Amino acid sequence: MRQLLSSLSVINDYYGNENSNCTSAQAKRFTQDHEWIELSDDGTIGTIGISKYAANALGDVVFVELPTPDLEVNAGDSIGAVESVKSASDIMTPVSGTVIEGNGVLEEKPGTINQGPEGEGWIAKIKVKDPKEVEALMDVEVYDKFTQEAES
Amino acid sequence: MVPFGGYSMPVQYSDLSVGESHHWTRQKASLFDVSHMVQYHISGPGAEGLLMKLTPAALPALPVHQSTLSAFLHPGTGGIVDDTVITRLGPELFYVVTNAGCRDKDAKFLTESVEAWQAQGYPSVVLTPLGGQGLIALQGPQAAGILGGVLEDPTAINLKEFYFGQSRYLQLHLPSGKGSEKVLVSRGGYTGEDGFEISIPPTQTVEITELLLNSAGSERLRLAGLGARDSLRLEAGMCLYGHDLDDTTTPVEGGLSWVIGKDRRTEGGFNGAETIIPQLTPRSKGGKGVTRRRVGLVVEGAPAREGAEIVDTDGTSIGRVTSGCPSPTLKKNVAMGYVKDGKHKSGTELAVVVRGKRRKATVTKMPFVPSKYCKAGAPPA
Repeated sequence: MRQLLSSLSVINDYYGNENSNCTSAQAKRFTQDHEWIELSDDGTIGTIGISKYAANALGDVVFVELPTPDLEVNAGDSIGAVESVKSASDIMTPVSGTVIEGNGVLEEKPGTINQGPEGEGWIAKIKVKDPKEVEALMDVEVYDKFTQEAES
Repeated sequence: MVPFGGYSMPVQYSDLSVGESHHWTRQKASLFDVSHMVQYHISGPGAEGLLMKLTPAALPALPVHQSTLSAFLHPGTGGIVDDTVITRLGPELFYVVTNAGCRDKDAKFLTESVEAWQAQGYPSVVLTPLGGQGLIALQGPQAAGILGGVLEDPTAINLKEFYFGQSRYLQLHLPSGKGSEKVLVSRGGYTGEDGFEISIPPTQTVEITELLLNSAGSERLRLAGLGARDSLRLEAGMCLYGHDLDDTTTPVEGGLSWVIGKDRRTEGGFNGAETIIPQLTPRSKGGKGVTRRRVGLVVEGAPAREGAEIVDTDGTSIGRVTSGCPSPTLKKNVAMGYVKDGKHKSGTELAVVVRGKRRKATVTKMPFVPSKYCKAGAPPA
């Protein structure tokens, strides 16, 4: 129990800091494949994850394949995978750049993606080559509309 | 919803995820609508002989109201047309259930086989598709209690002595107060749990499904979809035709030698016997053996899915995974696939390539999760 609490508090501290870094309206952008990316204040680092919609559709995530640091990728390249009982889904990077790190928490606790797909369940951080690639993606309103249309 | 065997079918229902539904089945009970499966009667003088030609089943030893897993075989090659469950309902009357995915192929194979058999001196053999007949599977440790609660005449059967593989026509007690039409209840299923498959006349399928759900209540019984059905059968080591078995696979390669009746291994007389019987003796013992075999695998790290390459420790390709998933019960990745003969022994260390990386895999005996069938002498569930 103690261990659980201490590890939780570490996570909260970490994300507390990150969130405070991100307050200046670097809002999330979404792809049609249900990934999101959020840029750091200076626009150089992107955090990538899968949307709440995608996490719901997948069901219980039981395994996450993370990218290795220094991997150079182009927009649309696979940077990992998310597996549930029923399916395996590749994660595609929304933008080009160089992977900095994967979210190691997911190796031990893949279910974190279900609990907080757009927060603590982030998948990777990437050094973004061209921030304009981010601007070209959907904002949350357009993405919500997109998923509603996909449903109907 | 996904297209499956010509129907639009649910992978899961909205109340439970695939993983939750899987656990629910192992702990309580689930109801699967498997009415998409194709049901037949094969009847008339010569019916047993026909089925003895098309399958390697030991039918003379099969009593009335007893079922056996078997396989329809191609002549010559002995490849599996479809896997099937055959139930004897009378001396020359059989109830046969086949896969929805093979509906058209099976219809052609069976119709042509019946016509040929008629021409060979059995003019009264008849193949009757049970069109519109419902089929539901009640599976899980609470299945017997639930069924016992809806029998029209509880003294009609002692469910404690109604064993795996047996079947019986029973009436269920409808909410209207009347007894249902007779439904064919068979003890068994496709999950490894105790349970029943219930074949229902078209007009009462929905009513009886609702009867079971309502009388059991949502604390005991939930609907389950194709997702849980797949992970449950995989844990139970059971094949899914079109994935783990196909037209080019013989029962010996498919790890189904046990469906070949003892007498039939010497007498033959079934489609493909000339290919299959020599395969039964391994090359190490002077027989023909097989070059590949279906095995179970436990895979470390990433789950291995259908199509993943299986490699030897030195990286040589030795086969492919035919189905696999993370096992909700074991919390390990389970898979089945075909490997080169000689690499099939339990405990053999291999690897499976998932997304370009080799993952350690160990050949493992199936079922991965022990089955809990109701058998004579087995401890009560």
